[in-house]
Amino acid sequence: MPETVLVIAEQREGRLNRASWETLAAAQTIAREMGSTVEAAVLGEGIGNLANELAAKKVGKVYAVESAQLRSYTPDGFSAALKHLLESRKPKLVLLPHTYQVRDFAPKLATAMDRTVISDCIGYKNEGGKLLFVRQMFQGKFTADVSFQCEAPWFVTFQNGAFRVDGVEAGSEAAPVEVIHPEMPEGTIRTRPEEIFKEAKQAVDLSQAEIIVSVGRGIKEQKNLAMAKQLAEALGGELAASRPICDSGWLPMDRQIGSSGQTVAPKLYFALGISGAIQHIVGMKGSRTIIAINKDAEAPIFEIADYAVVGNLFDIVPPLIEEVKKTKSRA
Amino acid sequence: MKILVCMKQVPQKDAPLKLNAGGTWIREDVSYEVNEPDAYALEEALRQKEKNGGEVIVITAGPGRAQQVLREALAKGADRAIHLEDDAFVGFDALNMARALAAVIKAEPFDLIFTGLQSDDYGYAQTGVILAELLGIPHATIVMQIESSGDGIRVKRELEAGYFQFVEMPLPAVLTIQSGINKLRYATLLGIKQAKNKPLRKITLAELQSAVPAGAAGNLQKIERLYVPQKTKNTEFIQGTPAEAARTIVEKLRNEVRVI
Ligand SMILES: Cc1cc2nc3c(=O)[nH]c(=O)nc-3n(C[C@@H](O)[C@H](O)[C@H](O)COP(=O)(O)OP(=O)(O)OC[C@H]3O[C@@H](n4cnc5c(N)ncnc54)[C@H](O)[C@@H]3O)c2cc1C
Ligand SMILES: Cc1cc2nc3c(=O)[nH]c(=O)nc-3n(C[C@H](O)[C@H](O)[C@H](O)COP(=O)(O)OP(=O)(O)OC[C@H]3O[C@@H](n4cnc5c(N)ncnc54)[C@H](O)[C@@H]3O)c2cc1C
Repeated sequence: MPETVLVIAEQREGRLNRASWETLAAAQTIAREMGSTVEAAVLGEGIGNLANELAAKKVGKVYAVESAQLRSYTPDGFSAALKHLLESRKPKLVLLPHTYQVRDFAPKLATAMDRTVISDCIGYKNEGGKLLFVRQMFQGKFTADVSFQCEAPWFVTFQNGAFRVDGVEAGSEAAPVEVIHPEMPEGTIRTRPEEIFKEAKQAVDLSQAEIIVSVGRGIKEQKNLAMAKQLAEALGGELAASRPICDSGWLPMDRQIGSSGQTVAPKLYFALGISGAIQHIVGMKGSRTIIAINKDAEAPIFEIADYAVVGNLFDIVPPLIEEVKKTKSRA
Repeated sequence: MKILVCMKQVPQKDAPLKLNAGGTWIREDVSYEVNEPDAYALEEALRQKEKNGGEVIVITAGPGRAQQVLREALAKGADRAIHLEDDAFVGFDALNMARALAAVIKAEPFDLIFTGLQSDDYGYAQTGVILAELLGIPHATIVMQIESSGDGIRVKRELEAGYFQFVEMPLPAVLTIQSGINKLRYATLLGIKQAKNKPLRKITLAELQSAVPAGAAGNLQKIERLYVPQKTKNTEFIQGTPAEAARTIVEKLRNEVRVI
């Protein structure tokens, strides 16, 4: 029997998220190469339509894991239900998107099964039949090829954007959906989740900005923000920042770009003293042009920058402001 | 409330890193600092203690150099420290690391255990969750606020894209703390002085033998190789003096990016 690659899809409020489709694309790619079968699972209550949506893709089977206790996500509930599923179906690979929810339960599930998760992967390699999973380390400064040293199931989580949604192959006919009602004894779920909410409405919507000047920890002190602000004003753009700047309270949270902040796609994104951690990059990589100034030639931000200046931002930004003003006044 | 804070020493953010000879890790001759979210975890523990009373204990696993992290924590106000001291700990995967930590925690129970949400070096984002499972207690990840609620706690979890969620749970529990949950304090001179007299217990790998019998050989995963990532984008590096660079940038902004 061929081995199985099982995708655990994630849904919130009745919709599968983008990262789940990317993970399905990953599973189909790996399965094609390894000659294995893809299956998918989705958990919740009343998720029949989501299971059908998955079943329309090129998969061997879809598991709809249904329970009133899975209506709201809890790590205890999801881990118990999936352990039940995995122990009976015995997949070789279990692929999940590296979302906040998966980070919350996947290590628990793997530990409960005496297994491990290779987390936050950006790809895989097949070296003569041996699977290696590729992940970033040291905040993107290095990449590592990591292998499993244990029996299946092998748990892998993939970073957002590691695979393309349009890589998902549709099926020629709908795959069978198997509904599973996991047994969950009283007391399985120890935490009580409340409703998900968004903090007070954002005052600035950076997603519409055409030009963004964004500062990172390289700006060093709060008072130096004035310089970045001058550049933003000279260019007619908005000021934004990486997370540590907002964590320090130097700029309000609604100016934070990244996975826990805003996602932007301006014509121009100017990154001043930002290292380019993945959580920042996911929020701005859609920008049409990225210019980065960083004193470290190895900074990961340069990997996605169109124009790069290796140097001290405090030397470069002041003449830049003057130059922009001069050019604009001439125009 | 008795709170344990797990703190890891990692290479300094700005430190230039080089690959080791085997290409499996970086060369050790760099400067180190405390993992950033762990500093926030310590701060949160100190604040909880100031509000509710109790004790804050810090723990690290790593070579002799890692003691610096504990010294700093004691200077900021932690009551005592535990050092799992052995060069071998750094080669542990997160499961083995959590097993070693769990062995210590089983011998001395805590109400709350804090870890950072992930490390700045390996960035595995798993140790806290694994620890909770090994201890058989509930957990919450990426925590941004903690309050008491009846016999237990109510915590605010950060979710993607500006969403949050409150979750209630009984104690004991493990929480993985996100940077920005609070504002960090600095150690005072008095604190630094007092830290010298605070207890720092050392535990050897041999004492934890039964928890991690195979050591790093028992890791469930292996780093086959480490390398500098390949560039995928055609980045144009702008050269010259600051004034020249400024002129070139503006030229690009006008002629190619067309924003001025
Ligand atoms: C196969 C393999 C080989 C490795 N080889 C090396 C090596 O040669 N040298 C090296 O330096 N590292 C090495 N590592 C990294 C390893 O030590 C990791 O740090 C460890 O696996 C924990 O993962 P993490 O730091 O990513 O934890 P995460 O889960 O990201 O960390 C979350 C939190 O757990 C806590 N925590 C984690 N580690 C410790 C600790 N040591 N003490 C106290 N609290 C802690 C902290 O609160 C931290 O914020 C290796 C890892 C693997 C998997
Ligand atoms: C779950 C989670 C969610 C997160 N969400 C976000 C998010 O939404 N947004 C976000 O930004 N981060 C987020 N982060 C944090 C992220 O991982 C990084 O820690 C953060 O982006 C780093 O910010 P930075 O680049 O400003 O700082 P650093 O990484 O410290 O980089 C500073 C840079 O400045 C350069 N520099 C220093 N001095 C100068 C100088 N004089 N001139 C030029 N360059 C200089 C340095 O070389 C360095 O590259 C998140 C992390 C986690 C774990």
